Amino acid sequence: MSLWEYANPQKFMQLSRRALPWVTVAATLCLIGGLTWGFFGTPDDYKQGSTVKIIYLHVPAAMMAINAWVMMLVASLVWLIRRHHVSALAAKAAAPVGLTFTLIALATGALWGQPMWGTWWAWDPRLTSFLILTLFYLGYIALWQAVDDPDTAADLTGVLCIVGSVFALLSRYAVNFWNQGLHQGASLSLDKKENVADVFWFPLLVCIAGFVLLFLTLVLLRTRTEIRARRLSALLARERMG
Amino acid sequence: MELSVANLAVARGGVTVLEGVSFALPPGRALVLRGANGIGKTTLLRTVAGLQPAVAGKISVGGEAIAYAAHADGLKATLTVTENLAFWGAVYGTAAVEDALTRMNLSDLRDRQAANLSAGQKRRLGLARLLVTGRPIWVLDEPTVSLDAASVALFADVVRGHLAAGGAALIATHIDLGLAEAEELELGPFRARPASENGGAFDAAFGGDFA
Amino acid sequence: MIALLLRDMRLAMRAGGGFGLGLAFFLLVAVLVPLGVGPESATLAKIAPGILWVGALLACLLSLDRIFALDFEDGSLDLLVTAPIPLEGVVAVKALAHWTVTGLPLTLVAPVLGVLLNLPEAGYFWLVVSLGLGTPALSVIGAFGAALTVGLKRGGLLLSLLVLPLYVPTLIFGAEVVKRGADGMATATPLALLAGITAGAAALLPFASAAAIRINLR
Repeated sequence: MSLWEYANPQKFMQLSRRALPWVTVAATLCLIGGLTWGFFGTPDDYKQGSTVKIIYLHVPAAMMAINAWVMMLVASLVWLIRRHHVSALAAKAAAPVGLTFTLIALATGALWGQPMWGTWWAWDPRLTSFLILTLFYLGYIALWQAVDDPDTAADLTGVLCIVGSVFALLSRYAVNFWNQGLHQGASLSLDKKENVADVFWFPLLVCIAGFVLLFLTLVLLRTRTEIRARRLSALLARERMG
Repeated sequence: MELSVANLAVARGGVTVLEGVSFALPPGRALVLRGANGIGKTTLLRTVAGLQPAVAGKISVGGEAIAYAAHADGLKATLTVTENLAFWGAVYGTAAVEDALTRMNLSDLRDRQAANLSAGQKRRLGLARLLVTGRPIWVLDEPTVSLDAASVALFADVVRGHLAAGGAALIATHIDLGLAEAEELELGPFRARPASENGGAFDAAFGGDFA
Repeated sequence: MIALLLRDMRLAMRAGGGFGLGLAFFLLVAVLVPLGVGPESATLAKIAPGILWVGALLACLLSLDRIFALDFEDGSLDLLVTAPIPLEGVVAVKALAHWTVTGLPLTLVAPVLGVLLNLPEAGYFWLVVSLGLGTPALSVIGAFGAALTVGLKRGGLLLSLLVLPLYVPTLIFGAEVVKRGADGMATATPLALLAGITAGAAALLPFASAAAIRINLR
């Protein structure tokens, strides 16, 4: 019994149907538990007051924004190399979820930045990188939308995802370079680890687990929908052919 | 240089349209593909020409032997007749432009821009490209569209000359070219069945039995 | 290959439009920005490197869809794919042809527009060097975007959406070279990175572009 068997659409549907309720419940518990603990069970930061509590949304969302792209990259490679349809559809399903996490990270960052730095937006390297990541997600999703034939779309978006990953890494490096270059000292550090103590850290871990599970839930759900949509059009085509 | 096709299945837009197609095309022979519109003649020719992968089966050609001519001729309107041909001559590394112009009766038009050619003349120029390639196996998709009777006869002569010189031709056409050397292959019997081992006439990965 | 380069350039010359349009667009950007920003020479001098790079990048973007679309429409792309030259080479040559009729002229007129934007004197040399070194990357990356969208309806806007994020590193390093050059600082690091992007893109992206074309044609 090889792991690849789950790449068969039918096997995947069986497995995901059984797994989905558990993952959903686990995601709900982690999110509710982690956020409640984080928002109400931790003290205010001596410097940042209660605004610091937005990290329970901001940090996991930002992590998953990047991890979703990495997952899409892996899924694209699996599709291009091994031609497993589920893999291509999982990458397609993950993109809007990843985009949403990116937007959540940007929005919560702006909400946090306003009281902390006095501005909704600064061209900080990390913020800029996330803005660029948003553009990558948009392009990827738009390419899926624009191509009619599903396998062609899967191939093209797969190639885009690989090339895009390389350029996203380059951009991350370029942006760092760009904001250190001439504008020394102007950047605001977003590095939280230095002032995150254990009291904040444990609920944060639960929230991160919650976001991972939430991502898994949404991707499973959306992949199932994509598979059903593909099956529907396949059956309609069969009907037409007689 | 023989083209042989064995148990070939071809797909258009992810849907298998033809399956179990087998034929051999030895030098000096022409094979005319017949079948209703939409049966998959163009798809079959594109697959043989290497533009798309076969779903199943085998195509064997000895090396790079195929010259493909599609519906569209790939002419550049702002280039002259000679410039258009000379480009393909350079791509294929041959110097057969003059000969091709003469044989397709285009010598008088040699310095005219392709934009100023009639539809039939353009088509003749497109077919002259085949002569320039110097390739032995011609794969032709509706080569006689927009040709008048005289041009069809001229084209048939060119194909005949190509066959006599040891070439071969695979032609999808609806008209009778008057080629004595040609055999015909009716594609109707090869139409893909809805549920076959090749996935049949629907999306193979998603159309089968499902939980 | 050389025949293909010559053909593409001859076609671009005879069609006119193509590279004249890019240059006109570049000129318009350089004229409109001072009208929008105001005439203070200090402000203009400060933003000139960035504006010139963004202007060149957008002017490049204008003609990207023509790299493969024309050949796709008239069927020559099919014929080129079946021809005895590697498709990767075709892609590279077509990107080179695109650069010759867009990136190169943009590089050559950029100093004139630098005058309009009050670019500091030390910046001119670096402007030409950075554009000369960076615009080939724009053409090669653009050819990849054009290969992904060849044959798509409404491909033009999608092409911009796909290509612009890919242009980010080139833009950052290119403009940084000019900025540093204009300020009299050392330009070696961003220049080396810019050259690295161009070399890497030119060496690797044609493979991805050729794959995309093969996928789109089948």
